[in-house]
Amino acid sequence: MNAAGFPLLSLLTFLPLVGCAIILAVRGDDAVVASNARWTALWTSLIVFALSLLLWVRFDQADGGFQFVESLSWLPSIGITYKMGVDGISVLFVLLSTALTPICILASWESIQTRVREFMIAFLVLETMMVGMFCALDFVVFYIFFEGVLIPMYLIIGVWGGPRRVYAAFKFFLYTLAGSVLMLLALLAMWVLAGSTDIVVLMKTQFAPAMQNWLFLAFFASFAVKVPMWPVHTWLPDAHVEAPTAGSVILAGVLLKMGAYGFLRFSVPMLPDATASFAPFIFTLSVVAVIYTSLVALAQTDMKKLIAYSSVAHMGVVTMGIFTMNVQGLSGALFQMLSHGVVSGALFLCVGVVYDRIHTREIARYGGLADRMPAYALAFMVFTMASVGLPGTAGFAGEFLVLVGAFKMNFWLALLGSTGMILGAAYMLYLYRRVIFGALTRDDLKNILDLSPREIAIFVPLLVLTIWMGIAPSSFTGFWDASVAHMVDHHRAALDATIKLAGIVK
Amino acid sequence: MSWTLALPEIVLSCAGMAILIYGVLARDNAFRMASMFTVGAMLLAGVLVMAGVPGLGYSGMFAVDAFSGFVKLLILAAAILGVILSLDYIEQENLRRFEFPVLMLFATIGMMLMASSVNLMSLYMGVELMSLSIYVLAAFARDDLRSSEAGLKYFVLGALASGLLLYGISLVYGFSGSMSFGDLGRLLSDKDHASTGVTVGVVFIVAGLAFKISAVPFHMWTPDVYEGAPTPVTAFMGTAPKVAAMALLLRVLGGPFGHLLAQWQQLIVLVAVASMLLGSLAAIGQKNIKRLMAYSSIGHMGYALVGLAAGTPLGVKGVLIYLVTYVFMNAGAFACILAMRRRGRAVEGIADLAGLAKTDLGLALWLAVFMFSMAGIPPFSGFWGKLFIFQAAVSQGLWALAVIGVLTSVIGAYYYIRIIKVMFFDDSAEAFDARPASLSVVAVAGGLFTVLFFAFAAPVEAAALAAAKAIFG
Repeated sequence: MNAAGFPLLSLLTFLPLVGCAIILAVRGDDAVVASNARWTALWTSLIVFALSLLLWVRFDQADGGFQFVESLSWLPSIGITYKMGVDGISVLFVLLSTALTPICILASWESIQTRVREFMIAFLVLETMMVGMFCALDFVVFYIFFEGVLIPMYLIIGVWGGPRRVYAAFKFFLYTLAGSVLMLLALLAMWVLAGSTDIVVLMKTQFAPAMQNWLFLAFFASFAVKVPMWPVHTWLPDAHVEAPTAGSVILAGVLLKMGAYGFLRFSVPMLPDATASFAPFIFTLSVVAVIYTSLVALAQTDMKKLIAYSSVAHMGVVTMGIFTMNVQGLSGALFQMLSHGVVSGALFLCVGVVYDRIHTREIARYGGLADRMPAYALAFMVFTMASVGLPGTAGFAGEFLVLVGAFKMNFWLALLGSTGMILGAAYMLYLYRRVIFGALTRDDLKNILDLSPREIAIFVPLLVLTIWMGIAPSSFTGFWDASVAHMVDHHRAALDATIKLAGIVK
Repeated sequence: MSWTLALPEIVLSCAGMAILIYGVLARDNAFRMASMFTVGAMLLAGVLVMAGVPGLGYSGMFAVDAFSGFVKLLILAAAILGVILSLDYIEQENLRRFEFPVLMLFATIGMMLMASSVNLMSLYMGVELMSLSIYVLAAFARDDLRSSEAGLKYFVLGALASGLLLYGISLVYGFSGSMSFGDLGRLLSDKDHASTGVTVGVVFIVAGLAFKISAVPFHMWTPDVYEGAPTPVTAFMGTAPKVAAMALLLRVLGGPFGHLLAQWQQLIVLVAVASMLLGSLAAIGQKNIKRLMAYSSIGHMGYALVGLAAGTPLGVKGVLIYLVTYVFMNAGAFACILAMRRRGRAVEGIADLAGLAKTDLGLALWLAVFMFSMAGIPPFSGFWGKLFIFQAAVSQGLWALAVIGVLTSVIGAYYYIRIIKVMFFDDSAEAFDARPASLSVVAVAGGLFTVLFFAFAAPVEAAALAAAKAIFG
């Protein structure tokens, strides 16, 4: 039943909590506690990452169903089970979460100096929530992890954030919560209609088309905020700017994927009719997101804000790809999610590097860093190119596949979507030019130091991943090909069934 | 004659009188010993409740069933937590009088009577025994102006509510000719007997009980009394009596008046919506944490009523689970509030919590858990309570109620996370005094219950379902 032979997914989910317990147990003076917290958190997250590599090795790519499934009776009288499992769609996001967490902990090694113990605990709890969410195969379990993320993230932004952290933390919390509670109602409605909260059962349940529309809207409220889609994206720039570097990395790398993952896991497979009828609506919002937020990004003076807006644009490409509902579009959307997770996370780390040194994110305060920081300039360049979507880097395959998928749907959709790539090149290259090139005029920049060994250790894995995803995308797409094909077939079959049913009624 | 049905109540009553005698005879420190005896008597009563055999006794006035058992255990748990919370506060504030725990004990007997009553007369007796004890408790700090004011206010308004209740009872009796729940249920299943007079009577009974659970529009007393009463009394008032009154509402509306669902459902929906809205909106501007908890409790009762509005065993089950989670997070939150003392004086401002995470991380963490739980954030127990009541509402197609409910919970989340903001994000104020062990015990017990509720949700759910089925019988 389980390819690993032991409850691997639960172990991955709850092991970070063990790390929290160890951190909490250590007493002593502040320096000892802080150093212990850092090392414990790092080792815990590295062990989790090493264990998660088992998923990479043991995952059967030919199987489009759920693997590593664990099931435990929880509330049997009302049909809630503790059920975990991954399929091709979720497995790589588990890996993304476990890979980014140790990187984030390393990135916070020196930049977090106050309340280190609490920070590391919050981060490990966050990892538990993220991994659990991608593994959950029961709607209630999913919801618990999905909402549980709010608690550590609220604290991370609010305690260790910038000057407007309180505003940003509240906005983040309340926006996301408002969306989530409507999803809770959809959850309850499905529970009442299907009598179970098992995701596999729900996928096979057919809901009446009218009901599907309401359920879709409720899900949309939650996932659109999380993605975030225009016009409910405004919490993201605030949250990104105020969050500490590691918080931004996780926010961009993993939390934004939760919304898109929700669409893939719930909206699309469970509500095929509503998906088909709402697709034009989603396309409109996605195109607006791509073009409008790209233009907004062009006008930013704050590095983090610029990358935040670029995230909204990139996620617009993802939602566009998901709702094309063909193999290329879905596969592209998944690839884009993964590459965006790596690349935007890396870009936020790049901002963090100079922020730690100069303590400003104002683009105008920089310039000419190539002279003093060649290694940094190189890393930044690779990630910039990947964000632009240069062939041979991670960003290319995803955007290309999505546009192919969109082209199969509608020429204008593809055309408008591709303007995003052009605008993306404009704002990213403009950013890169202003920060890295030009004359080194400011005194404080003249003594700036290049990457430290710790920072190199952070960037090397991300660089390797970025290039690897660019050169050999098939080693990633292979994971989800079977699942995506299965999903598309399922979707077509469901739509055909509805049309047939309509014929009978007539 | 099955007098043994009321054995827990009888034992408690005898214990109460014995403690009174002890208090009079004892020379010094009678308060602490009396409190200990009270806790012991309550524990004993709890054991007896668990061993209770279902049945109907005392000329059909008193019933023991799964519902009464469930509610009584919850009431006893809440009362025990209340007594423990008062231990150190009463000594610190120089209110050391042995009557204090005894009054709590008599209030508890009243509440247990309410849980078991299956007759409008025994219902009223239970309500009055509980209320009279709590009026005195609210005014217990008699040299304190605010406390006296709270007691008096509670008494005047409470007497009015009792009047309404009694008037409703008399209407129901006059128009139907019976006060027994069983007879009423049989009579009213026939449409001819369900006259307008009975409906009006039901409205009055609901109004009287709504006062006790402080649901809008009968909530006016709550913020003032919560703020004025000694804090352990507030903690006690916020838990056990709410449970008892809500349980009574469940039993009255589910049992004898179950066939009048169409009549009372709109009433309950209205009260629930108003309570949820007021509870979430009015709390936003509060600066005093006890007042904030008052509005928070109004909101919580609104959510619990959502389950009742569904009018099904599923809904009643939801309400019971909600009450279980509510009691423990409320008691825990009040333990944290009681720990707010500087240089021997209690402080109550939300601003006084500033930077608590730096000065006392443990206290801040527990209070944060309670706040997140009250906001309904998973995996804490508050989420489960909301899950079950909204499930009941959705399964009955009460969509508007459910949507309003979840949206007000977002508004409510604002002021809960504001407290967390004050504790974690703001610069620290002066540290609090070292807190006594009794408060830590309650905070940790409530906190562990709140955090780990998901692990034992299944047995609680099964027990609540059995209890809910008992009243629909």
